[in-house]
Amino acid sequence: MKFRAKINDVGCLNHFTRVLNTITKLTKTCVLRLTVDNVYFVLSGKVANGGVSMWCELLQVNFFDEYQLEGVSSEANEICLEVAPENLSRALKTAQNAKSVKIKLTKKHCPCLTLAAELPSLSSIGRIVTHDIPVDIIPRRLWHDFKEPTMPDFDVSIYLPPLKTMKSVVDRMKNLSNYLVVEANLNGEMNLKIETDLVSVTTHFRDLGNPPWGDNAVQSQSRDVETMAHARVDIRKLQQFLMGQQVNPNKSMCNSALYIWICIQEGSYFLLHADIVDKRIIHLILLQEDVSLQYFIPAVA
Amino acid sequence: MDCVTTGGNVKVLAKAIHSLSRIGEELYLEPVEDGLTLRAVNSSRSAFACFLLSPLFFQRYQTPSDQMFRCKMPIRSMLTVFRSLSSLERSVEKCRIELNSKRSRLTVTLHCRHGLLKTHNLSFQDCESLQAVFDKDSYANILRAQPRLWVDTVLHFPPSLEEVNVSVNGERVWLRNHVEDDADTSRAMMTELCLSSEEFDHFALSSQTSITFCLKEFRGLLVFAESSGLPVSMHFDEPGSPVVLSVSDTVLEANFVLATLSEDSHQRNHNNNKAERPQALPEPDDFMSDDMDSYLIAMETSDLAGPSHEPVTASCSTNHRARLPSEGDDDEEEDEESLDRPPNKKFCSLFFGSVLPVSSQLTNQTVQSQEVLASDSEDERQEE
Repeated sequence: MKFRAKINDVGCLNHFTRVLNTITKLTKTCVLRLTVDNVYFVLSGKVANGGVSMWCELLQVNFFDEYQLEGVSSEANEICLEVAPENLSRALKTAQNAKSVKIKLTKKHCPCLTLAAELPSLSSIGRIVTHDIPVDIIPRRLWHDFKEPTMPDFDVSIYLPPLKTMKSVVDRMKNLSNYLVVEANLNGEMNLKIETDLVSVTTHFRDLGNPPWGDNAVQSQSRDVETMAHARVDIRKLQQFLMGQQVNPNKSMCNSALYIWICIQEGSYFLLHADIVDKRIIHLILLQEDVSLQYFIPAVA
Repeated sequence: MDCVTTGGNVKVLAKAIHSLSRIGEELYLEPVEDGLTLRAVNSSRSAFACFLLSPLFFQRYQTPSDQMFRCKMPIRSMLTVFRSLSSLERSVEKCRIELNSKRSRLTVTLHCRHGLLKTHNLSFQDCESLQAVFDKDSYANILRAQPRLWVDTVLHFPPSLEEVNVSVNGERVWLRNHVEDDADTSRAMMTELCLSSEEFDHFALSSQTSITFCLKEFRGLLVFAESSGLPVSMHFDEPGSPVVLSVSDTVLEANFVLATLSEDSHQRNHNNNKAERPQALPEPDDFMSDDMDSYLIAMETSDLAGPSHEPVTASCSTNHRARLPSEGDDDEEEDEESLDRPPNKKFCSLFFGSVLPVSSQLTNQTVQSQEVLASDSEDERQEE
């Protein structure tokens, strides 16, 4: 197994760092999957995370100027590592003005991802800062846990309001309740609701727009536009996702490549008007030019 | 005693206090002929700092009639006076420190703009003189650099990092985070920064060596050095012997004396590292032949289960540092620093002695009748 990559461009370095900062805010540990074309950060939904899962996909060529990978074997030409994204963020944080950053899989006292940044210095010889980040190699027999998630059969898909607004609403609601209901319809309307014994609060968003999904045509035709699909989730998980998003300040909102969908799946609601105990999930997708991030928050009863 | 500081020096004085507050809880103040000394020491006696502000630093400098005045006070009370550096800069024109012997108070008066006077009456305790014994000029190795260089290097280490290791050879300096040698630390992130000797104003080494000391206290000095713009010198010898960091100009001198890890525990941690680091100049950037990747990861075995680990941050066990009680310091905590488990590492405690009121009171000179030592951390007392 061999992995070596190098970033020479400062813009790419900044972008990669921002992605890592987002991942760091979402989870303490995740799986780094390296293939010839892509770099993935994966979190598989487990009881320990509250069932939340994450899939972040980066097109390697958009970040690295040099990229060399020799996977576990020729038919399984990829490498899976378990790593703490915070270590990667921390290593990159002070290397933002580096001339180059090399990332390598090495073996020190244990398998490590070694980041070496060449920093500008006062003399002709550059300063080199090296970080050895311990990782765990994930054996092939466990790789099935980290496959690309399938798009759930959702009931409603809607564009989100500005994240800042949504975040401030969710932050305040968190003080009142641990659970939040997200509901949306195909008319571009979304509500965030909390209900406790003493109080219920609803925030209404209008005119959000619904993304056109080709294969959802069947569903949207037969679904009443006004009917809300809803899912009740742990508010902290949603808040964690919102906290982690760093919008690129250089891109204006008009031509921004930042689109987010929220898909609410209600299990058999659509078909049978089943009761609300059925399994539901919120699927948040963040798409930028060269990064996509999917975050799944399961609904709770 | 009556000292008056004006203009920009008020901020310098404030910065010195801030810097000392990073070392210890108490401020020791002693006006002597050569200037006003401000000192602090940490609870485990492994870090000592001293600022000497010469009479030229002050607009007026008057020592007390009985030369033996010295006192200490909680550093928090002084910090309260000099808390906000920006407002000091903006509005304080003059600062006066006087001893009010009748009321046993140290009066600090800030003369601000628009005729505003802020007077602080601080109570103090009498004490013996606090003085670490060291002789930086006798140390074999000296590095001096602009504060910017030091600040930029410590930036790469997390604020929570307790100890840093500095290794030198003829051409280079390496700074590494120091991690304690037990099972958990194999999971810790290791950071290393390599600087070439050309970046230093002065680089004089007598031997290849490697020392480990507390980063937090070093940052305390950098707080002062960065704002003063004065170059910072690092004087050191072999492991176990203290490292002295100093800044000076015509009107002031600051010395931070920090204990370093002694030889045995030190070697355990750093021998492996040193063996792996290439000592020669690195080849011109050739990605393909970079020799750090000379190991190939072994093919995964079936017993790797991919467990989750929380990365462990390096933790400094201050309770491992044995403290040598200082002679005549009458406010000692009665209990000895605990040595209940055999310390895996030993910070050599600095030797403190009461200064005999003989000749020079300068802090960087050895007291003639005593040996210069950084004593062993075993708790045998040193004879005076």
